[in-house]
Amino acid sequence: MTALAEPARSSRLGLGSRAWRFAKLHALTVYALAVVVYLMLPIAVVILFSFNAPKGRFNYVWQGFTLDNWVNWNSILGIQDAVVTSLEVGLLATVVATVLGTLIAMAIVRHHFVGRSTTNLIVFLPMSTPEIVLGASLLTLFLNTTAVFQLGFVTIFIAHVMFIVSFVVVTVKARLIGFDRHLEEAAMDLGANELTTFRKVTLPLIAPAMLAASLLGFALSIDDFVITYLNSGSTQTFPIFVWGAARVSVPPQINVVASAIFLIAIALALGNVFWEYRSARRTQGAT
Amino acid sequence: MGTFFHRNRGLTPYLLLLPGVLWLSLFFLVPLGFLGYQSLQSGIYPNFEFTWEFSNFSDAFSNYHEQLFRSFLYAGIATAVCLVLAYPLVYWIAFRAGPWRNLFLLAIVAPFFVTYLVRTLAWLNILADQGPVVELLRDIHVLGEDGRLLATTFAVVSGIAYNFFPFMALPIYVSLEQIDERMLEAAKDLYASSTQAFLRVTLPLSAPGIVAGTLLTFIPAAGDFINAALLGTPKQSMVGNVIQAKFLESLDYPTAASLSFILMGIILVGLLVYARVVGAERLTG
Repeated sequence: MTALAEPARSSRLGLGSRAWRFAKLHALTVYALAVVVYLMLPIAVVILFSFNAPKGRFNYVWQGFTLDNWVNWNSILGIQDAVVTSLEVGLLATVVATVLGTLIAMAIVRHHFVGRSTTNLIVFLPMSTPEIVLGASLLTLFLNTTAVFQLGFVTIFIAHVMFIVSFVVVTVKARLIGFDRHLEEAAMDLGANELTTFRKVTLPLIAPAMLAASLLGFALSIDDFVITYLNSGSTQTFPIFVWGAARVSVPPQINVVASAIFLIAIALALGNVFWEYRSARRTQGAT
Repeated sequence: MGTFFHRNRGLTPYLLLLPGVLWLSLFFLVPLGFLGYQSLQSGIYPNFEFTWEFSNFSDAFSNYHEQLFRSFLYAGIATAVCLVLAYPLVYWIAFRAGPWRNLFLLAIVAPFFVTYLVRTLAWLNILADQGPVVELLRDIHVLGEDGRLLATTFAVVSGIAYNFFPFMALPIYVSLEQIDERMLEAAKDLYASSTQAFLRVTLPLSAPGIVAGTLLTFIPAAGDFINAALLGTPKQSMVGNVIQAKFLESLDYPTAASLSFILMGIILVGLLVYARVVGAERLTG
């Protein structure tokens, strides 16, 4: 706008300010990329050291390249069982928490009822409580009801469902709020009953949100240490195994498992990014 | 079935809620009650007795106020570090990264895909005494001849900051992404410099993200004990370390329970004060 009003002055000033803006832009870019490098550095280290051939019990200093750790990933006693337990707990807890959380989200978004804000609070509180307190309180429950609960697989499962549910509610709620109710009304007008409408209209529309919520839940579950540690008894998940190992020796096989989990997760996520990118381009091309 | 739902519309929300809320009540609310019950007991494992032992709280506080203070100090510093690192990054992603946006967002959450304990152990590699970082710092005399990074407050705080970084970055990104760019154009049309436009339009509009981010970072950071355990020494031990050790090693459940309550109480009070200052509607969204 200034350029139009005062062409002579702005071209000279514009050059200086443009150079200034250019420098500022790049300072920001450099800073942003440096932070990205900081975020990636430990990941690179984890993957790199999965190929290390350590001399001692600890895998902290680079000694030499080997593929043995990947080939014999389960040669360390207990590591395979721990990974299997993590996957089992993760799958079970995620399925249960996704169902429970989706139902709560539907009630909160779709209905006005007495106790709605209390429900919101009950969902919000576990997310704003430090994990150590969540884990500690569950442990006191289990310690005081040993007739019903013995620490182990079941108590880990119970704990995981408990802390995943809130995240599912939040994720699915966000999707339901932007949901066009006319679609359901149309289905009902065409003679579908509530259950058919739910099955044929509602469920397909919120399925992506449920999928996102369950991926998040699964990630939270296989990564959880604090709550699991307090409530696991002698059962070991992968993070518990790592904790035990960190005190005596850290075999590179730990890095192998962590790298494998990372690579699978990142492959899924990258696939999703590119899929969105492609479908965005396709819709752009269509218009 | 259909007629059932129609006839009992008032009942539907409660039926939907029932299983989930029951689970949260049984395994979140009821345990809090048990934690309270345990915190007022006295005796020695395994013979605890409920005696309204309120002195547990004052004893726990006077014995472990140092660890409590340290927890909030470390969490505060780590939260500030996260904010300083995250804001420019997500600003850049939201306004400058163009088609690469999603890829950089993925980079923010990528650390979450590496098991928490393993990514913390990776800092042991990076900060190791014989590692390149320490050697470089010794060469340029930032560190002394046998100066270390491991087993220091620096290591613990940077570990915490690294581990909770995405909790800060993502909410800020969401609030920045929602900003209508026409607002910024309008500010420029009204002769605001880009600094003014940032300070008076972008920053206030991203405030909800900053508020959510600081809470989501600070709360788990204050309860963390993994970074202190793996990257620090007992000199860096936080309240989480004490609670964990009392529960699992010294089997002193009443002290552990009362410390957990103190931690949660301080956080809740802080949350309320924070809500007063920034406005409650910003907290719950």
